[in-house]
Amino acid sequence: MKKELGIFILLVVLCIITSIYNPNFLSTINLQNTGRQIGAFGIFSIGLGLVIITGGIELSVGSMMGLLGVLLSMMLTEWNLGIVLALLGCIAIAMALGLGHGLLITRLNMQPFIVTLCGLLFYRGVARFISGDETKGFGTVAGLDFLRFLANGNLFGIPMPFVLLIIISAITWVVLHRSVYGRYLFATGRNPEAARYAGINTKGIITLTYVICGALTAISGMIFAFYTNSVSPANHGNAYELYGIAAAVLGGCSLRGGEGSVIGIVIGTALLQVLRNLVNLLDIPSSLDFAVMGAVILIGVMADQIFTERRNRRQIALMREMSAREAQSN
Amino acid sequence: MNNTPLLEMEGISKRFPGVVALDRVDLTVGAGEVVALIGENGAGKSTLMNILGGAIARDGGTIKINGAPVEINSPRDAAAYGIEFIHQELSVLDNLDVAANIFLRREPTFGGPLKLIDRGRIYKEADVLVRKLGLDISSRTLLSRLSIAQQQLVEIARALSAGARMIIMDEPTSSLTLTETRRLLEIVHDLKSQNVSVIYISHRLHEVEEIADRAVVLRDGKNAGVLQRDEINHERMVRMMVGRDLKDFFTAAGGKEGVPAKNEGQGFEVRRLRTLRYPKHNISFNVADGEVLGFAGLVGAGRSEMARAIFGVEDAHETEVVLDGKALKITGPRDAIAHGIYLVPEDRRQSGLIVDFNVRENISLPNLDAYSSAKIINFSKESKAAMDASKAINIKTPTPEMRAANLSGGNQQKVVLAKWLTFAPQVLIFDEPTRGIDVGAKAEIYQLIRNLAANGVSVIVISSEMEEVLGISDRIAVMHEGRLTGILERSQFSEEAVMHLATGTEG
Repeated sequence: MKKELGIFILLVVLCIITSIYNPNFLSTINLQNTGRQIGAFGIFSIGLGLVIITGGIELSVGSMMGLLGVLLSMMLTEWNLGIVLALLGCIAIAMALGLGHGLLITRLNMQPFIVTLCGLLFYRGVARFISGDETKGFGTVAGLDFLRFLANGNLFGIPMPFVLLIIISAITWVVLHRSVYGRYLFATGRNPEAARYAGINTKGIITLTYVICGALTAISGMIFAFYTNSVSPANHGNAYELYGIAAAVLGGCSLRGGEGSVIGIVIGTALLQVLRNLVNLLDIPSSLDFAVMGAVILIGVMADQIFTERRNRRQIALMREMSAREAQSN
Repeated sequence: MNNTPLLEMEGISKRFPGVVALDRVDLTVGAGEVVALIGENGAGKSTLMNILGGAIARDGGTIKINGAPVEINSPRDAAAYGIEFIHQELSVLDNLDVAANIFLRREPTFGGPLKLIDRGRIYKEADVLVRKLGLDISSRTLLSRLSIAQQQLVEIARALSAGARMIIMDEPTSSLTLTETRRLLEIVHDLKSQNVSVIYISHRLHEVEEIADRAVVLRDGKNAGVLQRDEINHERMVRMMVGRDLKDFFTAAGGKEGVPAKNEGQGFEVRRLRTLRYPKHNISFNVADGEVLGFAGLVGAGRSEMARAIFGVEDAHETEVVLDGKALKITGPRDAIAHGIYLVPEDRRQSGLIVDFNVRENISLPNLDAYSSAKIINFSKESKAAMDASKAINIKTPTPEMRAANLSGGNQQKVVLAKWLTFAPQVLIFDEPTRGIDVGAKAEIYQLIRNLAANGVSVIVISSEMEEVLGISDRIAVMHEGRLTGILERSQFSEEAVMHLATGTEG
């Protein structure tokens, strides 16, 4: 909990500064828009964060969203599969791709970076090829109102993607921080060998995590597709994996594995989206967009590192005190 | 030997937050002298040596080399005064070859500013150095292909080529076989005859007895005394180290008389185990309920591979494991654990523990389902179990939330044990249970092993320490290069008998 506090404070401070300089920040429409972005980015970032906790990485989420967007459009408008089948199909395909990544990584001992980098290239290419490199829309398919509502609607004024994020993060929070699966995930990410010696099915855990990441990517991908209402195969989801990684790292995930939290990832996502918003609202040249983000991430991670070391030093001091006390009483 | 000692450390003090690690400690070492620095873990040996090696700064006291006060603020400074530190965890680069390691940061170069490495020269000189230490390898061999003992000799070669006048060896024999240990002790003798001083830190007191000119004993950060060559013996050292008598250290541990009755069909049996490393030999043995079967042998005899194969973390070509008359199918650690067969592995920090997890999380890890309902962990239940287990086997930690990395070696080992003790073991395999653990914690671990046996658990103890395996076992199985060369009954126990079988010198 303490770990997320620092970045949460940073988020609040940024919000206050922005609203002082530009009160429009607090306008309903701006808050709703930012909230919508946080929701859509947050969902797949959680999946990516879980993968990072296993000590892995998933670079293909952006391309996967592109491919799924194209497929969703084609299933609905060209193959007339029907909404339910198309949705389930997209999620199933994403999970299957995740399974494939997981199996390559755990069975063939391939490095996650390489497997998913190949995915990044491959899925983008496939998306562009099957769509003929043409932007796909949803045309006049009937019955999409509910899906459009999930992407663009509000529930009591709260954007639906944000509501979905809250639900999904609540579920993943319980799984990661309260369940046996979560503990195994942390153990596997920290020290796969010791986890194996404790009887944990580390390969299964890792594979399952890539599958979960696939499913969450599919959900985010569909929200983005209906949000923009069209899917450009070359650009849809482009470089989103970097937003996900940045959010996870800002939120306290270590790329070494075994560290991170759902709340941290969500706050990390919020921070990134607020930063993008801030660049707009404060009339910072938009060319500085990435520079601002890079600087804030660097500072955030640096601060986290310093706090972690300080906490560990305190524990060591506590240990020493105890042995000193014992030495005295002997 | 002239009158000014090579090294004089006087009144060295070091305070860490909340504790005095060193309190006015003195240490002198003459040229060509072998001084053993001994004491329990936490006595201050490492702190003192790290100050000498320039890794940490002292708070008080003086260091003199050849009578002149010096400041040592970094390992480079130490090297400039001819002090080289060979750490327990070797600091070789195993992706480079022998010559590159020996000359690292001192590479002879040519080509002016291009600084091209003079390869011809480093290989030639490295070959000479390596021969001198009796290593029969080319200096072009990658370090990753060498055994730990050979890597250690490469470190010694590096120290010598850097012009070391004094070499600090921290637990140098902790991962060596008996023959390798012999060889190292000979090299320490050679160094001495070349007028190189050695500070020798070891928990293995018989080595100290053998090679030390003097033994300096530390206890709780203070000098506890000095033993001259003719005063050095096991009992005296132990008494000085712990500050009390530990007269029944080994006898109480292994004092159980008579082997438990072997009921047919009871206990644990392994038939025709063939490890991947030694596929030609098969191993069969049995352990009765309540029996402690020791496994002696040289490092590399295949004992750890056998243990890992039984536990299922390593594949085996063929094996049959029978528990209480029932044949078991073990394809992974989960199967072994499900049948109550547990392993306390050799490499505590890598395989036994997740050092970044706290004590509670480590203890509950293999048994999480017991502390959870519907897969959701009940933290208070988990915490209570961890606390009970800590108390039961005396794990010294202020809180179960302490990171395992911050515990001493002995307490870490107890955490590994606590993990398995919280759910009833049938068979417990210990692989080098007391490696790198101080005297007091060792005694506690021996007691735990005996208690387990008394409760009917079949215990297997793999140990390379002769005293340990003779002291703790009811029977001793001895292995040599993948073969089970014999099983000794208690009446046949002797160091000679074990060595005989372990070295494969039959008949």
